[in-house]
Amino acid sequence: MMNKNEKVATRQSYGEELAILGEKNEKIVVLDADLSSATKTNIFAKKFPNRFFDMGIAEQDMMGTAAGLATCGKIPFASTFAMFAAGRAYDQIRNSICYPKLNVKICATHAGITVGEDGATHQMIEDISLMRTIPNMKVMCTSDDIQTRWAVNEIAKIDGPVYLRLCRLATPKIYNQDEKFEFGKGVQIGNGTDATVIATGVTVSEAIDAMEELKNNGVNIRVIDMHTIKPIDKDIIIKAAKETKKIITVEDHNIIGGLGSAVCEVLAENYPTKVYRMGIKDVFGKSGKAQELLKYFKIDKTAIMEAITQNK
Amino acid sequence: MENDLNKIANQIRINIVKEVYYAQSGHPGGSLSIADILAVLYFKEMNVNPNNPKDENRDRLVLSKGHCSPALYAALALRGYFDISELKNFRNINSMLQGHPDMKKIPGVDMSAGSLGQGLSAANGMAIAGKLDNKNYRVYAILGDGEIEEGQVWEAAMTSSRYQLDNLCIFVDNNNLQIDGSIDKVINPYPIDKKFEAFGFNVITINGNNIQEIEEALNKAKEVKGKPTAIIAKTTKGKGVSFMENNAGWHGKAPNDEEYKLALKELGGEDDE
Repeated sequence: MMNKNEKVATRQSYGEELAILGEKNEKIVVLDADLSSATKTNIFAKKFPNRFFDMGIAEQDMMGTAAGLATCGKIPFASTFAMFAAGRAYDQIRNSICYPKLNVKICATHAGITVGEDGATHQMIEDISLMRTIPNMKVMCTSDDIQTRWAVNEIAKIDGPVYLRLCRLATPKIYNQDEKFEFGKGVQIGNGTDATVIATGVTVSEAIDAMEELKNNGVNIRVIDMHTIKPIDKDIIIKAAKETKKIITVEDHNIIGGLGSAVCEVLAENYPTKVYRMGIKDVFGKSGKAQELLKYFKIDKTAIMEAITQNK
Repeated sequence: MENDLNKIANQIRINIVKEVYYAQSGHPGGSLSIADILAVLYFKEMNVNPNNPKDENRDRLVLSKGHCSPALYAALALRGYFDISELKNFRNINSMLQGHPDMKKIPGVDMSAGSLGQGLSAANGMAIAGKLDNKNYRVYAILGDGEIEEGQVWEAAMTSSRYQLDNLCIFVDNNNLQIDGSIDKVINPYPIDKKFEAFGFNVITINGNNIQEIEEALNKAKEVKGKPTAIIAKTTKGKGVSFMENNAGWHGKAPNDEEYKLALKELGGEDDE
């Protein structure tokens, strides 16, 4: 575990690592839709102006252009806010990118209610659901700086479309430089048996905080950081269901269709287990500070601890 | 050559009618209107090699109005990408010839398409890649006149112009009909030429059912530097089959036995079953 005081937003790690990857791999091209200073693709743009394409406020065209570039052997990374990637350009992602299985990486920032002050119109809470139902698409949602940097390199090696969900909010560093991740394999943190909390993205550090505080009360849980949501790590879920007393999922996403649903699908078919899903309970978000919203929507450390101690 | 291309266009038309008849499904009207354009592109203009369909230096075509797949498949089969007998399996569960073009299954198809309005963006991506890699290939796209009612087309048009894609040439198949009627009565995308001009295109208006005019327009397009070209091709929907001509009812309908025989007779074709 790292020094928790050091916080970085996954979009920042993405932008920095993408610029490093651009040096190693000339096939990488980057597209953005007038948000490069927020998605952090501007770091790549500064370094490789000829391989960066600002498509203006036209996300549908951006996805289609990325598809065309991919047919010619390029590896396009297309970035905008999650709302405008998975939402506005859904049909283009489905028909122009996923149906022909083109090698486009959609790296969508500002996902979830932790967007904060901009409010519901910009708080994308359906993207995991939308993206994981498209055949050929792979879905990732990373939790910290080191993991995001790994993921940027990893998805460039995958032949085919990937959706990488990133966040605006700066979150604690969880992993050390030498942590080894594997695509499609969750990371188990702790090995308590009282409960398992399966989290993804910004909620992973909340779950870890809950785990550490519960330890003081003699409650020992484990956290699974599910950075790959599709394909999901069935083994780690089934093992947790067998070894621990309860399963809780927590995500900055609608409880319908996201991580919680994916976990339930695995358990329903393989090891029927009661699952308590924490997330945005099928309502739209609202304006506020990110930390306030995590608390308001009950997906923060306190809510996770309550869910465990009150036996939800 | 011109005479040969007319013959090829006619062969494409005969095969369009066969495909749609045997499938008892598909879109004959808009396929027949673009037969001449495809004949010129695949048999004269485009640098392609059916023995190496993925040659990275090849010219590329995006059939953005993907429902006109019967025309594209006929052109590809006649050009030698696959056996012409496969056309009779169009839309069949065991066939590679999907209802709409599928680049993963069909040799010669450069981009999957079907959901309207998306092809120009993909063509732009191909043209940008060509510029990045200093390749000389050209990129073509065929859009429907009803299709340009999709907003994404105009997003893409800005991109073609912004990135000065003079290696890109698009056709707008202006047959004036969409499913619900005349395009000007439905929502009215006219004036099409002035719209593309305003978006920074070099615009050429031609009779899109005239081989010579298509050839001349393509030659002019190649001379233009710094901007993309849009060829507004005035065509007749259902061209070549009298009872299908200018009739929106034949947008997505298959001929019955009698209509099939009549259509083949008019085109001088024979059923070889």
